[in-house]
Amino acid sequence: MAVTRAEVCAVACAEAWRGDGEILASPMALIPSLGARLARETFEPDLLLSDGEATFVAGPWALGAPPPSTTEAWIPYRAIFDLVWSGRRHVMMGASQIDRYGNQNISCIGPFEKPVTQLLGVRGAPGNTVNHPTSYWVPKHSPRVFVKKVDMVSGVGTDREAGPFHEIRYVVTDLCVLDLKGPGSTMRLVSTHPGVTVDVVQAATGFALHIEDVVETRLPTDDELRLIREVLDPQGLRNKEVPTA
Amino acid sequence: MSKLMSEDDVVAELRSGMTIGIGGWGSRRKPMSLVRAIFRSDLTDLTIVSYGGPDVGLLCAAGKVKKLVYGFVSLDSIPLEPHFQAARKAAALEAVEWDEGMVQWGLYAAASRLPFLPTRAGLGSDVMRVNPGLKKVRDPYGEEELLAVPALKLDAALVHLNVADARGNAAFHGPDLYFDDLFCQAADRAYLSCERITDDLGELTRRRIARWMVQGVVEAPGGAHFTSCVPDYDRDEAFQKHYATSAKDPALWQAFVEEFLSTDEAGYQKAVAAWR
Repeated sequence: MAVTRAEVCAVACAEAWRGDGEILASPMALIPSLGARLARETFEPDLLLSDGEATFVAGPWALGAPPPSTTEAWIPYRAIFDLVWSGRRHVMMGASQIDRYGNQNISCIGPFEKPVTQLLGVRGAPGNTVNHPTSYWVPKHSPRVFVKKVDMVSGVGTDREAGPFHEIRYVVTDLCVLDLKGPGSTMRLVSTHPGVTVDVVQAATGFALHIEDVVETRLPTDDELRLIREVLDPQGLRNKEVPTA
Repeated sequence: MSKLMSEDDVVAELRSGMTIGIGGWGSRRKPMSLVRAIFRSDLTDLTIVSYGGPDVGLLCAAGKVKKLVYGFVSLDSIPLEPHFQAARKAAALEAVEWDEGMVQWGLYAAASRLPFLPTRAGLGSDVMRVNPGLKKVRDPYGEEELLAVPALKLDAALVHLNVADARGNAAFHGPDLYFDDLFCQAADRAYLSCERITDDLGELTRRRIARWMVQGVVEAPGGAHFTSCVPDYDRDEAFQKHYATSAKDPALWQAFVEEFLSTDEAGYQKAVAAWR
């Protein structure tokens, strides 16, 4: 069976946590969850994962399945906040809007005083971004998400007063992988997924990307494919978030 | 000394214009019977502090909220809370949107009788732009500028626990205390509802609310409905869906209010049972 876009995305998300060691990986959507679990099963065995409520769980965990019964520690919200302050966490959040400096918005669309649409609120995005590494996952790369200016800066970008612990690692989308290593810490195209051209990515982005030496996003290894298909997502839920073209 | 009282007794101690903190998190272990009592009351112009869920939604729907301090408002399994969305869209309340951690810090400062606590959370974000009253403070031992989160002093706090005794010692039996103890400690008067009044509060380490934090205790079985109160009950997803659907349509909402909210707590529980 041919490698699907969803599988490429899962591996690209997993790569975001490479080298992180013994920290909490906090994925906020389906493909990032698959990525974090894949990273732990392969090259980052010391990652901590929460069951989404208040427990660290060990062992392989399939999407859509109950969390593993192998518990490690109690991690209520207060302990999560402590962990955020400590910096020992790498979150992969979503973004309703994101700009070329990586400023992210999950709060509201339109003016804050009288929004056109109220979303969740800034949640923990301001604190996350100034305290520990942050990556973003955008399941549908479009000019509606990649905008010139976000309406309410929730996650802090590289052009702002962000303190000593600010680091935006990667922005992974259904089309490509980006980082903030362009000139002046702007968004740079790192790799396009197999079958996606640079022009397609730029056309789906509402600002000019820094484009230089773009490579192809790596394919899953045989072992990664087996883990994804047989162990971590046997139900194929990944295809709901990133459908096969 | 027994602190037992009813929901309506609690409301009788509250005043319009007060700042009220509500415990729980999203659509989890919210003191909904107390919120419903406020919904029915003539209280108005409230400032609400909450990790928001349907508590915020219901009070917005009733036009009770003048000002809201929050990091998010969500029904968890339904990400967006429709009454809160409508209130924001209509600019019907003063929105004080903070980082989640700032809310904890504000409560902790109030609980510790400190004017503020420093943090990095919020710096660089538009939280600073939309809350121009927030000030920064320089590290007196170094150079760094930090955000001084002002104390969130509460006139009253409302929380719902699994079990309590009549004097206000209480235990949570679910996965997370959330910040219920901080809400109680940040308040001049804290009112605690619970599933059961008992002298057997169980495991000591789960008794995280002590009577010195609590001024009133209400026995309210099913009092967190339709939010979760694990392990006593899970979130009533079907009813929450009914709530959210009704909230999006004025005629449906009118019918919802008449069926469930125009009566006392016993009437509410009866109407919910009949709806099932």
